[in-house]
Amino acid sequence: MKHTWTLTKIRIRLAMRNRAFFFFSLLMPMIFLFGAVALLSRSSREWVPYILGAVLTTTVMGSFWGLSVQLVTFREQGILRRFRLPPVGAGPMLASSILSNYFMALPVVVFEVVLCRLVFHMQSWGNLWAIFLLVTVGSATFSSLGLIVASVTNTMQETQMINNLIWMAFLFLSGATVPLAIFPGWLQRVSLFIPAQYLATGLESAATKLATPNEVLEDFVALALGFWVAFEVSRQLFRWEPEAKVPRRAKLWVLAALVPFLVFGSWESVTGRRLKRIGANYQTLSLMSRVQRRTEAPDK
Amino acid sequence: MGEPIIQVEDLYKSYGDVEAVRGVSFAVQEGEVFGLLGPNGAGKTSCVEILEGLRTADRGKVRVCGLDPETSGERFKEKIGAVLQSTSLPDKLRVMEAIELFAQFYRKRANTDDLLRRFQLDEKRTAFYGHLSGGQKQRLALAMALVNDPEVVFLDEPTAGLDPQVRREIYDIIEELKRGKKTVLLTTHYIEEAERLCDRVAIVDHGRVIAQGTPRELKQRSAGTTRIEVRLARPLTDGMLGRLEGVAGWREFDGTFVLHSVRPPQTIVALVKQLEAENNELQSLEMFSPSLEDVFIELTGRRLRE
Repeated sequence: MKHTWTLTKIRIRLAMRNRAFFFFSLLMPMIFLFGAVALLSRSSREWVPYILGAVLTTTVMGSFWGLSVQLVTFREQGILRRFRLPPVGAGPMLASSILSNYFMALPVVVFEVVLCRLVFHMQSWGNLWAIFLLVTVGSATFSSLGLIVASVTNTMQETQMINNLIWMAFLFLSGATVPLAIFPGWLQRVSLFIPAQYLATGLESAATKLATPNEVLEDFVALALGFWVAFEVSRQLFRWEPEAKVPRRAKLWVLAALVPFLVFGSWESVTGRRLKRIGANYQTLSLMSRVQRRTEAPDK
Repeated sequence: MGEPIIQVEDLYKSYGDVEAVRGVSFAVQEGEVFGLLGPNGAGKTSCVEILEGLRTADRGKVRVCGLDPETSGERFKEKIGAVLQSTSLPDKLRVMEAIELFAQFYRKRANTDDLLRRFQLDEKRTAFYGHLSGGQKQRLALAMALVNDPEVVFLDEPTAGLDPQVRREIYDIIEELKRGKKTVLLTTHYIEEAERLCDRVAIVDHGRVIAQGTPRELKQRSAGTTRIEVRLARPLTDGMLGRLEGVAGWREFDGTFVLHSVRPPQTIVALVKQLEAENNELQSLEMFSPSLEDVFIELTGRRLRE
């Protein structure tokens, strides 16, 4: 634990000296937030909590990109192999990257929530506890998934290619950028198997306060299980040396990381509860936004 | 002589079809500076990385401080320090941070301020790693290898690619380690490095130890001959060099003729006379006292840096 903390501190320091970190971790989510608010909440400020949920989701999911790229860079440059000499195992190396990423994402998350409430006039703070829990577990899950990608790819080019493919699915099939409710039924079912969906739905529910504690708990448990399995898989696949290759059989471990979401996806697909929840959230929003437009219209 | 602190017996390591290490055996005593001397690709780094616990041997027995590097984990890592051949640190890590970071991983720690002073990095303590020169990076690597005050230090080509002045600075540091009775295992392809720094040397070629002993013992193998290297304007008459007075043997490497002579003055006079007779000219002539290079040439028929 001591090594994990030592490494976490130094990783935070290094990130603070990196301009790319500020651009991708701070500026990009802000651009997304301001852009979405300008575009959507002009018609109704009821959209703001939804936008907040989506922005928080992309902020948290950003750890997927950041950590995989960092790990591959460190391995390619021979930095990792220097850390292999002292008594530091793969666990502290990976855990420290997840923790540092989380600690750096927290202020951004706080800033986004405060901005929505105070500047964009979000009507309530949302369910802050649920937001905190989901951001925490989501950050750990997506960091671990990024670390798995970094462990099975050999070059930065390969990493970026795979990252892009997965990122697109996360972004467009999670509900973070396009409401899932407008998708055809079969595509909605596919989304149930995507980790990002649990984060996006959870954070949307937490920001809009539309979910019951049990529903938020379901999202939390799915992400927590996902994290636990993904972290263990990334630890098993971790490579210190640039020339070390992952054996083909070991790559099957990657499939293990998907098991929690396959299980949850199948369960949700059978019960249909999550899709109902997503549909209901969307209808509530549409209704509220229509009502607000009508009540605001006579004033104009 | 006590139990060796490093023991390697019949070590084998292959990468696919390439046999990098083929039955290497040697032992290093405590407080000794032991060198693995050989050309690039001889298998030195593979040997050292197995000893550091970074690679797994295919076959053979390895013990460092009485421990198996592969299975002893933290206990082993606490006892060793190393400068790796190819490694790096994050560009935005400061010198002092790097030393303190690595020191924190160990139970036993050297004084980090002392290390910075000793390795002339005091003025660079706040500099980013990415802003250091090659020599400064290597001094930092050496300082980091000593943060845990290790019993055994592995130095894999510590001066490769450095300019002569920086190389001499690194030699001074290694000599300081030697005075401090640290056990050092050094790999190099520089003859002068092995001769100057090592108490004993194993010459490695094609994954095998082809000779080992003190530099003096090894040089005695070349029977006290002096190496004379000549370049000529035109090709030579067949076998002419071998017939010159005092010549014990000769070889040609890329247009340079290397003669080993037991009576250098007589050999040179005879050579000049012979060249005059053949209307040939000397373009250059250099003489070298017996060195490990001669031993390598004698054993392999090749130069070390070929």
